[in-house]
Amino acid sequence: MSGLQIVFLIVAVVTLFSGVMVVASRKMMHSALWLILTLLGVAILFATLQAGFFAIVQVLVYIGAISILIIFTLMLTRRVMDEEHPQVIKGWWLPAVMAVILFGLIAGFLATWKDFQVMLNELPADAENLAAFGSALVNPAGYVIPFEVASVLLLAALVGAIYIAAERKEKVG
Amino acid sequence: MSFWRDPIIFIIEWAKGLLAGIGWGPGWATTVGFVIGAFVLAAGAMFFVVFLIWYERKLIGRLQDRFGPNRVGPWGLFQPIADMLKIFTKELITPSGVDWIAYNLAPVLSVAAVLMMWAVTPFSKTFFGVNISVGILFLIAVGGLGEVGIILAGWGSNNKYALVGALRAVAQLCSYEVPFVISALVPVMLTGSMSLVDIVEAQNPWYILVAPAAALIFFIASVAETGRAPFDLAEAESEIVAGYNVEYSGLKFGMFFVGEFLHAFTASFIFVTVFLGGWRGPGADQIPVLGLVYFMIKTFIVYFALILFRGTNPRFRIDQMMDLNWKVLTPLSLVVIMVIALVDRLFASSADWLRTVILLAANLVILVVAERLIRRGVKTTRPEVGSRQRPVASPDNLFIQPGSGAKG
Amino acid sequence: MLNDWLYVGIFALVSMFLPAAAISIAALLSPKKPNSVKNATYECGMETVGPAWAQMKVQYYVCTLVFLVFDVEAVLLFPWAVAYKQLPLYAVAEAILFILILLGGLLYAWRKGALEWL
Repeated sequence: MSGLQIVFLIVAVVTLFSGVMVVASRKMMHSALWLILTLLGVAILFATLQAGFFAIVQVLVYIGAISILIIFTLMLTRRVMDEEHPQVIKGWWLPAVMAVILFGLIAGFLATWKDFQVMLNELPADAENLAAFGSALVNPAGYVIPFEVASVLLLAALVGAIYIAAERKEKVG
Repeated sequence: MSFWRDPIIFIIEWAKGLLAGIGWGPGWATTVGFVIGAFVLAAGAMFFVVFLIWYERKLIGRLQDRFGPNRVGPWGLFQPIADMLKIFTKELITPSGVDWIAYNLAPVLSVAAVLMMWAVTPFSKTFFGVNISVGILFLIAVGGLGEVGIILAGWGSNNKYALVGALRAVAQLCSYEVPFVISALVPVMLTGSMSLVDIVEAQNPWYILVAPAAALIFFIASVAETGRAPFDLAEAESEIVAGYNVEYSGLKFGMFFVGEFLHAFTASFIFVTVFLGGWRGPGADQIPVLGLVYFMIKTFIVYFALILFRGTNPRFRIDQMMDLNWKVLTPLSLVVIMVIALVDRLFASSADWLRTVILLAANLVILVVAERLIRRGVKTTRPEVGSRQRPVASPDNLFIQPGSGAKG
Repeated sequence: MLNDWLYVGIFALVSMFLPAAAISIAALLSPKKPNSVKNATYECGMETVGPAWAQMKVQYYVCTLVFLVFDVEAVLLFPWAVAYKQLPLYAVAEAILFILILLGGLLYAWRKGALEWL
């Protein structure tokens, strides 16, 4: 067991556990905090895959912005402080059965896929080449169209959210 | 290398030799070496805060025409040590109903977020923690972890004032990250790499001379990110009774303040690294210890400027702060990026010094235009408060009932 | 390169351990005399009424949302900035178009009053 495998196992267990606790917590604020831990675990997994840029972007955008947005949204709905809702919905057995069947299907498919046993090549030490990534982003033969479409998508998100929030501001006061 | 040229690296290499001599495998030796190195750097940072607190108190005292601490030890040098000893023995009052994990994790996270910034900055040519390829973005990302600490503090205290204070503090910190990140793009563009070591080594003229507009925006945004005056609305005593740390006592409260003083120093040395040339100076390439000396001198000059800001400016209101951020700094930083990108590319084939001069001129033009626009957009008239007609009691009308018109 | 991230991880653990150790030392050294008045929630000296919730204004949400959009934009611009020195002029024009679209969004938010705080 190399050190990397030990780190991966520990981080994977912590991430899965926090993922389960996100849905299993009684208070919504605790769910938000477990979500932060899950995202941190994913960031560490990115770092073990030598994608340092994506690890940092995960921390910066997901934990630094999206988690805070989720917490603010929780507080905006004003039911965050000490409301405790029932943990299970009525008729919970049907979704549970469907989830188990889906999990069995995916696991079975992966197990019989022949490339599952193939070991991936170890990446060379300078595999992360940010300059090449940047050039590819604006290369016309590369990803420039998704790059510009991403900006239009961000603009759409901004305009939509402001429109909805402006309505709510008028409704509230 | 000899001991005098680079004492720190000499000691580190000697310690590594010791560890290798014990006979462990290379993996374990590296890991243990990392742990010891991290410990020394982090503990050194935390002990350095004691000196920073003394420096700040003396300087604020002098700005306010008084001496500052001068009883305990020569020039009051032992005053912060006495304060630290006192705060270690204060009772840690935990209010009822707090969420134990959030309440206790918050001061730890606040200090940890600042300490992690010390891991990637180059203090001299050879003395740095690591040289990761995304250095500057790492600094911004761990600032975000500090924001999570503030939310935990506010929510975990089971106190509505703490919660309101925490939300306002986080809104302020989040907003000022936008010009911070965007103006941090400028050194990355000029260097071609995000690593802080590369940014320092590529600063042939310092970047403050090449892009002063970006440096100014970065400086203002990092002062706002540290939550110091004049941006300290979130913890002002007269506004919201110490804000998100109102329920903390003893060393937990002390940790928030250690984090804040350390953050101010850290913001100074980040600015020095990114815009003022870091450890560069005459002779610092050959004698690495000189690099550390230059770094400290430059950082203390910027830290002096930060304390000067604190001692001279009144506090901003929250709407003034947000207006400054969204209506001035963010559009300005976006315009600065576009202009620098265009100008640098158009003159890419000319000589280095010519490009520097043209970039400097473009930045100064942007600053002048921005100042004119701001001056035009600022409200210069205020509604008069004292000139409305208000009913004032005087001996003539004291006994008049409204509507009756009868006297007495 | 993995060694770099290992150092960062170790430094993160150490920097969380040090303040925690300091606080534990303080917890050992300090007196512990809780009573119900000291442990009550602070409300400027008055008794607390009602559970601890806060009136959320929608400005917090809008402000954080605009921050999120600009954060993602800046993060998308970082790889372009790293590759900037090797890029031809049209690549710079593409990035300027990207920034202009989002500057337009900021102007829309300004005109709609989403950036006001009151």
